[in-house]
Amino acid sequence: MIEFHLDARSGVAPYQQVVQQVRHALRLGLLEVGDQLPTVKEVVTSLAINPNTVLKAYKELEHLGLVAARPGIGIFVTKTLSDDSLAAHGPLRQSLQRWLSQARRAGLDEESIEALFRDVIRSSFSEGVA
Amino acid sequence: MTAVLKANGLGKRYGRKWALSECTLAIPAGKVVGLVGPNGAGKTTLLHLSVGLLPPSTGSISVLGARPGTTSRQLARVGFVAQETPTYAGMSISDHLRLGSWMNPSWDAKLAEDRLARLGLDSHQKAGEISGGQRAQLALTLAVAKRPELLVLDEPIASLDPLARREFLQGLMEVVVEHGASVILSSHLVADLERVCDYLVVLVDSRVQVAGSIEELLATHYRLTGPRRDANALPSDQQVIGESHTDRLSTLVVRTDKPVLDPSWSVEQLDLEDLVLAYMSRALEQDRRPKLEVRP
Repeated sequence: MIEFHLDARSGVAPYQQVVQQVRHALRLGLLEVGDQLPTVKEVVTSLAINPNTVLKAYKELEHLGLVAARPGIGIFVTKTLSDDSLAAHGPLRQSLQRWLSQARRAGLDEESIEALFRDVIRSSFSEGVA
Repeated sequence: MTAVLKANGLGKRYGRKWALSECTLAIPAGKVVGLVGPNGAGKTTLLHLSVGLLPPSTGSISVLGARPGTTSRQLARVGFVAQETPTYAGMSISDHLRLGSWMNPSWDAKLAEDRLARLGLDSHQKAGEISGGQRAQLALTLAVAKRPELLVLDEPIASLDPLARREFLQGLMEVVVEHGASVILSSHLVADLERVCDYLVVLVDSRVQVAGSIEELLATHYRLTGPRRDANALPSDQQVIGESHTDRLSTLVVRTDKPVLDPSWSVEQLDLEDLVLAYMSRALEQDRRPKLEVRP
């Protein structure tokens, strides 16, 4: 089952953080159709957050068609965001890891790696390469 | 929606000093309300008025549709945890529960026992022997076990360490989920309240500066930065909360329901802490201005 965490400094509204974490897990295949989400009470008591925050996040996920509530039982994943490309994740991850160690050997720290990565993504998407 | 707390021109005076003045509020039910303000702002006075420990000097207040503290039925509907989460140091935890069940007709003994068991508290221990965090949990348990519709807590976590704070707020949110109670809690730190509250009241210098749902407040306040200009020249729908200027730059905090379209401003969303700070500094500035009004 997914466990949520909140980053108070991120500037992203707490309910959106919950939504994003579910989407993220769906995309990575960590949550699959039929999986149950923690109950509102479980999330509220583990994170010490307002119940309406969780309700709002779950409503949004329901609206997106990703989860559905089965009254009296719980909330379940109804759709996945991972597609056939999930199979490619493994090899891609490996080559990315190789690239990362190369970058580190070249003396780049985490910040420079992230900056470089983001820059390449931005320019390749704007050129329509990717 | 029914109001859990309604105040109209509410004021409380001690001698010649007003601890709370011209307080008008309508807090909807089902909210977790954060009452924020510096020490001495009047938070405790407002909370004491809401539970009937103090009578108003002027104006009126109603809580759950009735005057606070007037009938035993009204008393049973409101749970109150005073500042420093007081308990009887010489009394055991089980004696506290017994006292609670004698004094409260709607006492839920099972809830109280379950809650203390989950917290791992030994009922034979005296309240004076347990940690501050455990004492706060005991006080919360006593207030919750009377099954109130509204819980009022005065600076419940101010004296707790970070872990005890988190545990206390977890317990409080659990109560909100399980029993659907409305909550009003005060703190001088907005960071303490950000996660748990969905409604905010900012009190500075005995006056309510702003009150409203946190979501709505965050969606209607912006920080504008741009070339220096007069704040009076803004569109009429933009209410200036704070302004500061250097010789070239102006930084404004404004409240508006409409989007800010002027391209010469760079527009940022405010976080809750900055929003509260803007109202606090505005209140202090107004205080520093010479007072022209003559008070009777």
